[in-house]
Amino acid sequence: MNAIKHIGLVIFLIGLAIFSALPVLGTFHLNEASFNNIIKEKNIKSDVFINDIKSNIVGQDFKGMQAISPKISKALDNANETHIKNKEWNKKIYTKSSDMAALIGKKSANGFIATNKGLMWLLTFGLGIIGALMFILPNVILLGKKGIKNDGIYHESSTNRGWIGWMVFIFLVSFYLVLYFASEYATNWTLLVDPISEALSGNPAGHWFVYGFMYCVVMTVMAVRMYIKYRHNIYQVFRTTSVLFFQIVFAFIIPEIMVRLQMPYYDFKNAFPLDYDFFFQWNLKDLINNGGIGIFIMVWGIVLTLVIVPIMVYFFGKRWYCSWVCGCGGLAETLGDPYRQHSDKSLFAWKVERYLIHTVLLFVLTMTAMTLYSFFSETGTVLGIKTSTVQNIYSLVIGSIFAGVIGTGFYPIFGNRVWCRFGCPLAAYLGFVQRFKSRFRITTNGGQCISCGNCSTYCEQGIDVRAYAQKGENIVRSSCVGCGVCSAVCPRGVLKLENGPEIGRINPTEILLGNDVDLMDLVNKN
Amino acid sequence: MQEHIVIIGNGISGVTTARHIRKLSDKKITIVSAETEYFFSRTALMYIYMGHMKFEHTQPYENWFWDKNRIDLKKGYVKSIDTNSKTLHFVKGDSLKYDKLIIATGSKPNKFGWPGQDLEGVMGMYHKQDLDNLEKHTPNNKVCKRAVIVGGGLIGIELAEMLNSRNIPVTFLVREDSFWNGVLPEGESQMINKHIKNHHIDLRLSTNLKEIKSDDNGNVKSIIIEETGEEIPCNVVGLTAGVSPNIDFIKDSEIEIGRGVKVNRYLETNIPDVYAIGDCAEQHEPIGNRRPIEAVWYTGRMMGETLAQTICGNKTQYKPGHWFNSAKFLDIEYQTYGWVFAKPRENEAHFHWKHHKENICITVSYRKDTNMFLGINTFGIRMRHEIFDKWLTENRDMNYVMSYLKDANFDPEFYKAYENEILTQYNNTFNTNLAPRKKSWKRIFSKA
Ligand SMILES: Cc1cc2nc3c(=O)[nH]c(=O)nc-3n(C[C@H](O)[C@H](O)[C@H](O)COP(=O)(O)OP(=O)(O)OC[C@H]3O[C@@H](n4cnc5c(N)ncnc54)[C@H](O)[C@@H]3O)c2cc1C
Ligand code: SF4
Ligand code: SF4
Repeated sequence: MNAIKHIGLVIFLIGLAIFSALPVLGTFHLNEASFNNIIKEKNIKSDVFINDIKSNIVGQDFKGMQAISPKISKALDNANETHIKNKEWNKKIYTKSSDMAALIGKKSANGFIATNKGLMWLLTFGLGIIGALMFILPNVILLGKKGIKNDGIYHESSTNRGWIGWMVFIFLVSFYLVLYFASEYATNWTLLVDPISEALSGNPAGHWFVYGFMYCVVMTVMAVRMYIKYRHNIYQVFRTTSVLFFQIVFAFIIPEIMVRLQMPYYDFKNAFPLDYDFFFQWNLKDLINNGGIGIFIMVWGIVLTLVIVPIMVYFFGKRWYCSWVCGCGGLAETLGDPYRQHSDKSLFAWKVERYLIHTVLLFVLTMTAMTLYSFFSETGTVLGIKTSTVQNIYSLVIGSIFAGVIGTGFYPIFGNRVWCRFGCPLAAYLGFVQRFKSRFRITTNGGQCISCGNCSTYCEQGIDVRAYAQKGENIVRSSCVGCGVCSAVCPRGVLKLENGPEIGRINPTEILLGNDVDLMDLVNKN
Repeated sequence: MQEHIVIIGNGISGVTTARHIRKLSDKKITIVSAETEYFFSRTALMYIYMGHMKFEHTQPYENWFWDKNRIDLKKGYVKSIDTNSKTLHFVKGDSLKYDKLIIATGSKPNKFGWPGQDLEGVMGMYHKQDLDNLEKHTPNNKVCKRAVIVGGGLIGIELAEMLNSRNIPVTFLVREDSFWNGVLPEGESQMINKHIKNHHIDLRLSTNLKEIKSDDNGNVKSIIIEETGEEIPCNVVGLTAGVSPNIDFIKDSEIEIGRGVKVNRYLETNIPDVYAIGDCAEQHEPIGNRRPIEAVWYTGRMMGETLAQTICGNKTQYKPGHWFNSAKFLDIEYQTYGWVFAKPRENEAHFHWKHHKENICITVSYRKDTNMFLGINTFGIRMRHEIFDKWLTENRDMNYVMSYLKDANFDPEFYKAYENEILTQYNNTFNTNLAPRKKSWKRIFSKA
């Protein structure tokens, strides 16, 4: 069994190595016809740029994106500089240089990778999946009887912030940096999944398709791990299945199929303000231009945020979204599960959390107010501030760096819910409802707590669950995503996530059940 | 000058007293301990060894907590108590004056004078130092080829689980003919026997330790079994044959002791201004069916809460409510509410239900004449403390408890429920025709 695991690990690492090497491999050859297509498609009017590319790139062979990409961005910069100097605004190119390079790269990739997409898929995704499953599946037997399986977590380098943890950290952060800021290097990755993308939407894949596909693959494989690890706990099995379903069907397949049907790309479960650009001008215009379905989506998006989300939180707590539906939560609960213990439990971290998450909420609401004002009054600025600047800052700082690079990249160091805990504005909103108007609570079972601290250690949201449990107090915290792991790991059966009447939900007790009744009355009175 | 309260022992009982005194008053509080600088949960020691947690996770309060609440911590081992001059003397030669003294020194592992019990590699499992010692002697199964555990109690089985988690072969010597059968009814005890063996632990029932043999360097080499004379080679011996109050340093003082420090219902000793709580306190008269010394977590906490009231001028008797407790035997969770004795006492009987396949079972104890519910043991099903506490207070009978069992279920959501199955068996056994009642929030929240 252990041999299978080790072979699996090697296979996985080979797949991962090939995948990681792809951005700098491959050959590119741009021919005249393809370039003319790009010119037409992008409506490029800059003769400077066109001539530059034609003389320096078209018809030549390049080895690796690192050879071609700098040339393209230089051509672009040169052209724009000239046009700005000459005030030829209509000729200026607004496409980002990395997007331009990605576009040209995609059209000019020709070598082995581009012609053997299926094989390359097998050598990367295929080996990764097979290797990971070989590593994970033997646990059915190796982990022994069903029960809590946390042995050795703080002895292993990978889960105790050891060197493996740091390697994972570097890999994840680099991956997100490529994705957000150097997408031309994802060109070869897009080639691997072209056949899948074409089957779904009819279009070749872009880097976001790679991301979406990978997201589903990683979640599925890691969900298998969850099923094995928590096989005694039906709640965990249920919730894992649920997030997986919503990711694959709602976040991945439906939007692609909608594109195929000439409808707007839309993830029906992605609620504003997590979906921060829902009210951006381009999106609203896009929706309006799409007629019936567009209007439906617009209404749905608003109803989702204003009605469905709070009502569901009232009945089930924010867990219905954060750990049964949401994609960010889904990745955190599958890929991130091995790292859940790294969340900071200190009072200080709780303070930081409240400042940070509410600041982001304020930020997104202000930005949206500005956006809507700009949209209806058809101006670009509000009180002298450019709306688009605010939007760009939010997209960059919150949408990309916080949610992606830090939110996921830092899993092995800060735990798996950094974004959900410190940053997500939707979580902040759900948190208000959960804290003040909800039937959800984690009930503490009288006086059974032995203060062991398993619950707090494994709470991914950094809630000091024990602090409540050892006082016999129910846990009613805005940040609780209802993952149910505190309840699962408690060796004394102290915690139960449940939805019940609002009265008695918050029960500040200082003297616990089991004591003499007079004493309880006496102390709990004051 | 504020009255100076000195507490010996920073375990759950001492710390709870300190916290509650601080809530109620402005008195000067000092906690003395020789074990660790800050309070930690002894109950979690096993999880550190098993890699579920780090030591810091076992500390329920952050390190700034004590300063902020003006609770002074003093590290040092108390050598003697002079109750006349109200002074503590420490091993290092310094001393500390008190106005009121609270003894909360907990327990120590029992040793019964076995030959070789003080060799290198023989250890109890109680203090932080024992854990460090264990880590030293049993880092893995290369250094420790086999460990022998002596004594089949709750700590013994925890130690077996710990060693098992690092694949160290374990031989588990249990004096009784079935695991913990002084407390557990037969069916349950047998289920645990099987569960232990299923984890490849070499469980030896009805087996006593005769002696521990040493190699040339004073390390453990093997043990000899009393009954058969068999020699079992091993590198480590864990002594977990129960605990007793940690009060040797009190013997020469004027404080009255028996097995523990003798206290009345107000937790007062024979000497004014000296109190004792937690594992080390022994009641003159047992309270109800409880034992005079109760070495469990929550009673230590409750004594602390009670004593804080007394110290702060509101003299309060220690009156624990209905008995309850919980434990975990490897993968099987156990809870108990009320009294279920291993063998039913006079006029008592047991109703036992066990799942046909899984390690899930309950035993309910009741009075034969009135059918009154006395207590329940549950394995693999979590139950609601509040409900059973209420039912015990209301003196409910068996028919009531069995019909309303769904109110008491505390398993996580979506778990398979067994109340119907249990009730069917009950109906068949007692020729009743009870219908299961649906769970009702209203009943759950109504007070007794
Ligand atoms: C491995 C293990 C698992 C357990 N699991 C459970 C469980 O699941 N459920 C449960 O209910 N109970 C459990 N217990 C029992 C529970 O931990 C004890 O009942 C509880 O800790 C007793 O608390 P205490 O405050 O009375 O004493 P302690 O926690 O023992 O604290 C006493 C402190 O006083 C110090 N001290 C003693 N003498 C001196 C001196 N002369 N000078 C200075 N300091 C001194 C000691 O070093 C110690 O730090 C477990 C115990 C162990 C060892
Ligand atoms: S409190 Fe429990 S359910 Fe809530 S987030 Fe933490 S571990 Fe999950
Ligand atoms: S895991 Fe359970 S027993 Fe341990 S501190 Fe948390 S609630 Fe208490």
